[in-house]
Amino acid sequence: MNTALVAVLLLVLLGFAYQMGWSRSRSLVTSGGKLHSRPTYHGSLAAIWALLPALLILGLWALFGTTATRAYILAQLPPEVASLTGADLEGAIARIRQIESGFGVLGETAPWENAAAQALREFRVLTYAVVLAAAAGTGALGLFMARRRITARLRARNEVEGLVRVLLIGCSVVAILTTVGIVASLLSEAIRFFTFVSPVDFFFGTVWNPRFSSVGSGTGDYGLLPLLWGTLMVATIAMIVALPIGLMTAIYLSQYAPPRVRSTVKPIVEVLAGIPTIVYGFFALVTVGPFLAAIGNTLGIDIRATSALTAGVVMGIMIIPFISSLSDDVIRQVPRAMRDGSLGLGATQSETIKRVILPAALPGIVGAFLLAVSRAIGETMIVVLAAGNSPYLRLNPGEPVSTVTVTIVNQLTGDTDFASPQSLVAFALGLTLFAMTLVLNVVALYIVRRYREQYE
Amino acid sequence: MADTISRPAAPAENADTVRLKKIKDGLTRRHARERRFRAYGVAAIVAAIGFVVILFSMILYKGLPAFTQAELSLNVHFDPEVLSADERPVQAEGQSAAEYQRALLGWQRQVTMLNWNRLIEAAIVEAAPDIEIDTRSALSIVETSERFVLRDMFVENPGLLGQTVAVSLLASANADNWLKGNIDRSLPDSQQQLSADARALADRLLEEGKIRFAFAGHIFTNVDSRSAPASAGLAGAFVGSLYMMLVVIVLAVPIGVMSAVYLEEFAPKNRLTDLIEVNINNLAAVPSIVFGLLGAAVFINYFRLPLSAPLVGGLVLTLMTLPTIIIATRSALRAVPPSLRQAALGLGASKTQTVFHHVLPVTYPGILTATIIGVAQALGETAPLLLIGMNAFVAQIPGTPMDQSSALPVQIYLWQGNENRNFFEARTSAAIIVLLGLMLTLNAIAIFLRSRLERRN
Repeated sequence: MNTALVAVLLLVLLGFAYQMGWSRSRSLVTSGGKLHSRPTYHGSLAAIWALLPALLILGLWALFGTTATRAYILAQLPPEVASLTGADLEGAIARIRQIESGFGVLGETAPWENAAAQALREFRVLTYAVVLAAAAGTGALGLFMARRRITARLRARNEVEGLVRVLLIGCSVVAILTTVGIVASLLSEAIRFFTFVSPVDFFFGTVWNPRFSSVGSGTGDYGLLPLLWGTLMVATIAMIVALPIGLMTAIYLSQYAPPRVRSTVKPIVEVLAGIPTIVYGFFALVTVGPFLAAIGNTLGIDIRATSALTAGVVMGIMIIPFISSLSDDVIRQVPRAMRDGSLGLGATQSETIKRVILPAALPGIVGAFLLAVSRAIGETMIVVLAAGNSPYLRLNPGEPVSTVTVTIVNQLTGDTDFASPQSLVAFALGLTLFAMTLVLNVVALYIVRRYREQYE
Repeated sequence: MADTISRPAAPAENADTVRLKKIKDGLTRRHARERRFRAYGVAAIVAAIGFVVILFSMILYKGLPAFTQAELSLNVHFDPEVLSADERPVQAEGQSAAEYQRALLGWQRQVTMLNWNRLIEAAIVEAAPDIEIDTRSALSIVETSERFVLRDMFVENPGLLGQTVAVSLLASANADNWLKGNIDRSLPDSQQQLSADARALADRLLEEGKIRFAFAGHIFTNVDSRSAPASAGLAGAFVGSLYMMLVVIVLAVPIGVMSAVYLEEFAPKNRLTDLIEVNINNLAAVPSIVFGLLGAAVFINYFRLPLSAPLVGGLVLTLMTLPTIIIATRSALRAVPPSLRQAALGLGASKTQTVFHHVLPVTYPGILTATIIGVAQALGETAPLLLIGMNAFVAQIPGTPMDQSSALPVQIYLWQGNENRNFFEARTSAAIIVLLGLMLTLNAIAIFLRSRLERRN
């Protein structure tokens, strides 16, 4: 169907309906009535009533049109062709479509093909006309009804505003639908996975070896613990790097730094937050990993270039601005009177910070910390590139590890075959990840909220 | 401090000096502690800024050389003896489009099968006549895709037959590496990618100025290539990212702004809106890869949308950026002074009129910032795209949002995994520079528009 033409027709309908509603209500004013709503609302209402049914018809055709056309082509095929299946049938249909479009096909065309193409051509013209006419007709009918309703007392504004309200609610529901979609899809696929592997083996297994789905021999071992261990190790290292640097940055910027230093340093640090994680991953792989390995070499410790340490350090760098800006907000919310009181009693600035401000800000900082941990757990690209992907339970952070997110990527890229446990396990892992981050987020948001209320 | 206390009672005239000393000692210690604490703060800031500086200088140091590439300037003779092909077919009267296309494809195949490498070899030999070199070595310094450049010139203009034309051809990735000094020159032959002859030839041509380093514009105009790494470019990934950004802007911004308006201005305070609020805050912190799983399960598996399509990627990124936009818009709405609403309501405007005519226009700068933040976040996101198949190798520029495509961050991921590490490390860094440049531009536009809008208000 010619989209541009349809769009133009819709625009014409829209403009015409609006104009008609507007001038009709205007004419009521000139003939002495007093309108409840201004003419623009009458115009909008008429336009909505004209457009909605037309859009509905077009939408229905967009949904079912291709199916209907295909059914029509199938009905045109001679029985011996129509009884074909798979690629042969698709080939026959494609040939007819090509003949119909005027592009033509290679080789001689059979008479039935020409006839079917001819019929298809007629069918297309006919349906095109019918759908357009139906859309225009319902549009005109809607417009006619709307026009008849226009009186001086019609509460057009209230109706339009009601429709706007419905639209707004519909938009807010999208966020809820997203959550519902996430939970539903993760749960349903994870349950399918648990028909292959028992949940006990999954949650408490210590061996991760899913094998390949193409081999088809057995299902392999799906123990979550090595992955969870790797995730926690990387996240811990990240927090060891990020927490002191981020917190001290926030303290210095909010308590010591003169405004000019603050206004230059803060954006520079926050640049770190805007860098895509794939860039951090590359940085870890190319620069940090070899650097750490070289340091390990000189110290006589065996550190691999791709290891939990590499991924953790770089992830820590990524999280610094996250912690520093959240803590900064929290620290600045501590009432000034508390700080001034402490300073007035003769405490030095650092004593004030350590004994008064930080204890007061502690709940907020804990909240920021938990949010940062949830970020670290869910981070993917850095660990995909720099953690080494080796799903074994190991204590040494200098060895490669694998994490939940890395394994999701590994299991679900390439062939997305939704029937094998090898792919489905990604959803069980995703569910675990989602549950962990959800708990962390809920607790953190609760703490931060309580904290805010405390000082408001 | 302990020994001053435990000392037996001092004479009375000494009590003040002792206390004074005690206080002084204590102060010195406390001030030292203060200075140390301050130093920790400075150290933390220096570390944070140091990371920024190291990160950017590393990327620039590695990536900038990739924007110039070795190019050979050769005089190619379109030798009629080598190039013997039929005339280009013309669509005859009554011939169907399908038949014509077949004839044309046949002709193109014939032209492609011509020995273009012979022309290149002849040109190389002519450029350095005194170097004895076998065909393989001579051709190894020219990128394999360059013969198609000659073919395209010929297809464009068949009149070139028998003429000699000055052409610049891309050097191969190996030759480029060698000439840039990325390869240890002392390595034995067995560990070198190029033969000794080819290396000597490349050095010689560089000396004579027949190879020079030129700006590699094809990084922006070519698509990804596996067989010819030197000619691989970002165009396909760039267009893919562009489509996804369009989808995000068209869907996420209106939906996000409208739901923010509803939640902040209209929604009654009840359990449902509380739930939506908690839910949105949570969604903002859900790991991006979970959105990828959602996309794989719902869009790919349930709705059967095509794999690797920018439309699907855009939908996933829309869902991901929606909470960001909602939260930022809400805080912009919250910052509008209540007096504005009260004034409008007091003059008889309805709630909807107040919001749409008076409150919302004030927040445009805030909404714009929110949009840019969201779009930039979506632009740099990789993980969810891997799960909906956007890491497939795609060798053409997508024509519509439903075609197979890659995206800039995914292209970076693919290139960093290429086995030709020596060459692709620089390429990857160059792609990162392009991506970061794009994000920087977005932010600069946002800052500019924001200052314009705020001045007007």
